[in-house]
Formats: sequence, structure tokens, C-alpha cells
Amino acid sequence: MATDTERMIVASSRLLENNKSVFVGTGMPMLAASLAQRLHAPGLLTVYEGGGVGGQPEGRLPIQVSESLTFKNGIIVGSMDYVMSLAQAGYIEYGFLGGAEIDPYGNLNTTVIGSWEKPKVRLPGSGGGADIASLCWRTIILMRQDKRKFTPKLNFLTSPGYLNGPGARERSGLPSDTGPYRVVTQLGIYGFPEETRRLTLLQLYEGITVEDVQANSGFEIEVHPDAYTIPDPTEEELCKIHSLDPDGIVLV
Amino acid sequence: MSQITEEKKDAYLYGWADPDAIRAYRRRYKSAEKKEKLVTLKQAIEQGVKPGDYIVFGGMGSVRTPMAAVYEIIRQGIGNLTVGAKGSQHDWNLLTAAGLISRAEVAYGFGDEIRGLSRPARTAVENGRLSVISETTNAAFQWRFTAAMKGLSFYPTRTAIGTDTLHYSGSKQIQDPFTGKPIELIPACYPDVVILHVQRADKYGNCQIDGNMTEDFELAHAAKRVIITTEKIIPEEEINRRPDATKIPYFVVDAVVEVPYGSHPNQVPYLYSFDEQHWQEWLDASLTDEGVEEYLNQYIFGTEDHYEYLEKIGGLRILRQLEHIENGIENYPKVAKRR
Repeated sequence: MATDTERMIVASSRLLENNKSVFVGTGMPMLAASLAQRLHAPGLLTVYEGGGVGGQPEGRLPIQVSESLTFKNGIIVGSMDYVMSLAQAGYIEYGFLGGAEIDPYGNLNTTVIGSWEKPKVRLPGSGGGADIASLCWRTIILMRQDKRKFTPKLNFLTSPGYLNGPGARERSGLPSDTGPYRVVTQLGIYGFPEETRRLTLLQLYEGITVEDVQANSGFEIEVHPDAYTIPDPTEEELCKIHSLDPDGIVLV
Repeated sequence: MSQITEEKKDAYLYGWADPDAIRAYRRRYKSAEKKEKLVTLKQAIEQGVKPGDYIVFGGMGSVRTPMAAVYEIIRQGIGNLTVGAKGSQHDWNLLTAAGLISRAEVAYGFGDEIRGLSRPARTAVENGRLSVISETTNAAFQWRFTAAMKGLSFYPTRTAIGTDTLHYSGSKQIQDPFTGKPIELIPACYPDVVILHVQRADKYGNCQIDGNMTEDFELAHAAKRVIITTEKIIPEEEINRRPDATKIPYFVVDAVVEVPYGSHPNQVPYLYSFDEQHWQEWLDASLTDEGVEEYLNQYIFGTEDHYEYLEKIGGLRILRQLEHIENGIENYPKVAKRR
């Protein structure tokens, strides 16, 4: 049986297509992108916020999006301006995001729990989150799911999903045809159908039921009529991620 | 005419100035005359950092950040600072732990990426000792400096529209006069003082940076005062041989200090790696107020200057090891994480 973290990394890595570009953050996204490169997407181009493009790290996974491993054996190394401009100009297909809270439209909070003026818990802030969510073509949201995290109302809207429904992104001025593509949790995979732009269950992991999904959400999750169970990570996938992260930087 | 479609309260606007005022400032205080600007770290901080300043550090995350300068600010106890936390980690966390920061504009703070959330800065906000005065994003902070560098009052972008992050920033939203679509105008930012750590510089302040630039090019041109700490001072002739490698020119720089291993325990690309053992020591210490105090006493207040600090963290033996790790001669050690 794979662990939750292994399931999430493998599931999100399977979503990444060959010969596309992806904005990678530290942690699970980095491992997912590296796994995709080793298995089905050798031509996946990795881009990092510190300016590195196409790095092929050796020795360990990068632990910072600005460290030298992010451009080791790479294509080009620039600046924050350069990589964010690439995203704004339409060169970057995928972005990876996490969050402390998500709402039914895929909007994310990584800023604060409680009020902004008097925070109960202060979180890191947007970082590149809102930029990636605004400017990449398709964002993949990777986060653990529970009743508090899947909330009908965010404490703070840090990164834009579909805001309040279909067409809202374009109306507010964000680039057209962009937005959350999938949400990957330890229970299943969700999408945002065009008609509603609401979080909808597409795939379940083995042994997980729709009831589990619902019990771990603070709002009603729609179930796609063709929702299906996805196979657990294969031995090959598990071996590969452990060989990519032998010291358990992400896996433990 | 382009109408402002959504005006944010200027309450969240910091570090902005009219471009004409800044042009006049630059004409008066920045000079094309080549002057030697070498000073000691102590002098650079004494003369360059004032209580109440809006300060921004170069590098990004915990990479190529001017840590020795941060330690010296702590030694001198220069407080009431406002920090632009633009993907900031160890630099501003330590200053916050030392109680010297009262306000922050935040794109990313309160965390150390893979190492976990940063307790001192978080508790400072939660206890009200530190106020977050505005929110922004990594790209928006970059483009605040870009506008400042270009002599403009704002820079147009399409990021973070529709979010609370935008609401709590100093940005405004207007109708793009070309497309007719809404667009965000990110205000220029002119920090009072910027401290950058680079691989090489000459005595006039011409700096060469290897690897990623993060935001340093624009940041150096945006700042009112620029302090450079450099791993190495090199002869001017060496700079002149490779002007294409020079990323910051002398005429924006106010002070230059040679500070070998000036980013320890952080990484400087191509030179040395993170000191994971030291990082773990800090992460463990930072779990309690007493631990923080002990750490600061031992490594910062308990050292006269950066050279003494370097002896205390293990001296040449450790530093050489960190060089070997960065250059692939020794293996990467276990990564330090918050326990």
C-alpha cells in the first residue's frame, strides 16, 4: 500500500505531459516533476521562480527554488523577472500550487487564518502562488484534504481559482483560458467542469469511497458521472520516487 | 481616457515616490565619478542603515543573502525597520527574532520552504510585535523594483487580479487603454536601503553575479542606498575584461565590503553550499524564546565581527567542506528540517 504522500506525488506526476513546461516549487511538486521526467515525460521543461530553467539536479532534490541545483545542467538562467515574464507571456503550461484552504472554485489561501489585521495563524503569504495561479495555463493544486481545508469560505483569497464561477477570471482581467486544472489530494483527483467551474470529483484512489471524499470536505463535492477508480502507484513508480529522494527530504 | 476601475486604499502603499522626485534624488546622490567605496562591515552598517528604514535584502529565499550584514545589524541593534519580505527567509527571520523589525511588506515570509514554517516571525505577528503592512506576490515585488529602475511610477501586469492579495497591496486596477480589459498597475518601490551579496566586486562597486539574478539587478537600481557585500574584491582590470558579466554598475553603489562566506549558513551558487548542521542548530534553537536568545548570544552578540563568527561556526574545516559539497566533491548531507 502506498502512503498518502506517495499517492499524491505519483498522481500529479501522471498529469504532466511530455514536451510541456512546468513551474516547480519545492517539495512534492519537485518530486512529481522529476518522476514524470524519468517515466513518461523526458522532455518536460522545469522552470523555477529564482530564474532557473531546465535544470537537471544531481545529488539531491533542490530544497530552494533559487538554489544552484535548479539550474545545474540547465538551459538558461535568468531572474524572477524573466521566469514570471515567461509565464505572463504564455510560455508556461503547468503550475503547481498548494494551500492551507481551498474553496469550491479552486481559490486558495496561503496567507492567514483568522483576520488579516489580527491573525490567528500567520502563513507564508502568496510567494509566487498568485502569480502562478494567474499566469500559467493550467494549475495543478496539490494538498491534503480535510473538512477544515476544503472550506466554503476562505479566510483570505491568496491565489485565484475560478473566483466566483464561469467567466469570472476573464471578466476580472486574468489571461483567458487559464485556471485550475486538477486538484490532487490523498483521496482523489478533482477537476472544474466548464459549466460550473466547481470542484468535481473525477477519480478516486483504490479503497476510497465517495463518502470518504464528502466526509473530508466542508462543502458538497459534485461527482462526475464518469468518475472512476485509479490504480495505486506501481512498484516502478514507487521505486523511482524513492530513488529520487533517498534521504526522504519530501517523502518522510 | 482610462478609468480606474477599482481603486485600492493607499493605506497599503509603501516605498513609492514620484519618479521626478527620485530623478532629482539620483542626480544629487548618485555619481558617475569613480570613487573607492571600500569600508568595513561595521562602517557600512553604521553609515548605511538607519532606524526606521525600509530595507530589502538581495538574493532569494536562503540563497546568496547578505547574512553577515544581517548579523552586523543585530550587533548594532538598529531597530524599527520595515522589511520587504520578497521570498525572504533566514535574513529577515533572524532580524525579527532579534526584535528589530516592526513592519513588513510580505510576498513570502514566515517559512523556510522545505525546512518548514518559521516560528519567530510567525509568533511575532501573532503576538502583535510585528505588523504586516501590505501583501504582495513574488512577481509583483519584482515588478515594483522594475518600475523603480525604469523611472516609472508603475508597471502594468496581469497577476493576482481578483484576489485579497491585490486588495492588501498598493496596486491599482484600470482598464487597459489598448485591449479594454482590466489590468493591474503595480506601484514602483524605492527601498531606503538595499544590501546585496555578490560573488565578486571591485573597489568602486562594480559587481559580478554568477548564476541566477533573482531580483538583484532591478533592486540595486531601485534603492536609494546600496550596500554591497562581496565574497571577493577583484581588480578593476578583471571587471573591465568582462563587462558582460557585470550585473550591478558602480554608479548605483554606495558602499562595498569584502566579506568572505558572507552568506553562511546559506548557499552561494558555485561557491559553497548550505551548512545543514548549522541550520539544524538554528531550527532547533528557534523553537523557544530561550533558544533564540541563546543562539543570538552565542553566534552574534558573542562575536566581535564576521571573522570571529566564522571561527565559531567551525572555521576553515567547515567552510572548505561546504565548498566541496557545492562543487560535487563531497556528497550532500542530510537536509535540516524543523523537528
